[in-house]
Amino acid sequence: MSAVYDRVKELLVEKFGVSADEVSPETTFEELDLDSLDLVEFAMAAEEELGVRISDEEAETIATVGDAAKLLEEKGANVGGA
Amino acid sequence: MTAVLEGLGVAVPQRVVTNLDLERVLDTSDEWIRTRTGIGERRVADPGVATADLAVEAGARALKSAGGGPVDMVVVATTSPDRVVPATAPEVASRIGLEPVAAFDLNAVCSGFVYALAVAAGMLDGHATQRVLVIGAETLSRITDPADRSTAVLFGDGGGAAVLRRGEPGESGAFGPFDLGSDGSMADSLAMPAGGSRRPASTSTLTGREHYMRLDGKAVYRHAIARMVASSRAALDAARLSAGDIDRFVGHQANLRILDAVADRLGIAPQRRVVNVDRYGNTSAASIPLALADAQLAPGQRVLLTAFGGGFTWGATTLTWPRLATV
Repeated sequence: MSAVYDRVKELLVEKFGVSADEVSPETTFEELDLDSLDLVEFAMAAEEELGVRISDEEAETIATVGDAAKLLEEKGANVGGA
Repeated sequence: MTAVLEGLGVAVPQRVVTNLDLERVLDTSDEWIRTRTGIGERRVADPGVATADLAVEAGARALKSAGGGPVDMVVVATTSPDRVVPATAPEVASRIGLEPVAAFDLNAVCSGFVYALAVAAGMLDGHATQRVLVIGAETLSRITDPADRSTAVLFGDGGGAAVLRRGEPGESGAFGPFDLGSDGSMADSLAMPAGGSRRPASTSTLTGREHYMRLDGKAVYRHAIARMVASSRAALDAARLSAGDIDRFVGHQANLRILDAVADRLGIAPQRRVVNVDRYGNTSAASIPLALADAQLAPGQRVLLTAFGGGFTWGATTLTWPRLATV
């Protein structure tokens, strides 16, 4: 998996109380018990931590953790050294 | 010279509407409302009760708590005034017995009380004004669509008021500097579309349910967190304080998750944040005084206030809690 995916996983564990072994690229936010407001907060955290702005509309297209990583990669997320 | 808090009073309708009550009439659930908002119940004014009625009750109590006496000005922060014309404040002032005092409304939606405190503090900084009655009062139930499950669960009715007097910065009750801001590009994110000059009342606005508030919950959620954090930091900096100096954090009571997110980003421990959104829902301009009255603050405690609302508008300030008479 990519460095961005690893960073997304870290964010979910650190800020949303998700346990690391629950997370795979195919895991949906819903399966992690994260709702639409958590997704908004995830977008805010991604902006703060990775310097990428995700609009509310873009956030709505995210279903799985892999989707989130892909979107962030497309938008040029900077995870330092990656 | 600074503004000093001298009295506080609140008024809420008796009638309680619980999440279970709403479950019976809307496609919603207690569990959904609690996990998304932290709200368990809200107060709703009986038919015939208007914003001025709550404002009069809260204002009179605040004056009594301040030991009575004259004021030079009455500011009513509200987004649900009795009428579009005239303002609610003159009627409120007369009914409290303060005529012919200066009286006007201020509309900054949910930031209204913080804005009104700032306006009062500015007036007190001059020489003509010694004492101001600041009221935040709302009957949001009148502009909330009972059939819209995305807003009907959020809002409640209530009023709160504070008496501010001229004083010195070191005094107990003294307010620190204010930070205020706005972003009008987001006006449509929380709006009642019709009834003003843009879309005057017509048969089509009525049938389109445009005289009720509409809310883009995600946009408000995101901006509320970011703006209240930044505004709180600006108010703390201006007062030469850090988050660690704050004993109690009183944020606008719209949503428990927003309060948690703001407190977390500011580095304020959860037990320091004041929460009563569970019992009152979002009462817009009334929420800050209702939370202050509920918080059982101790004299000398350092308090951070912050609010965010439609407009968008936001604001923050600090104060040292005084010894107040409870009424």
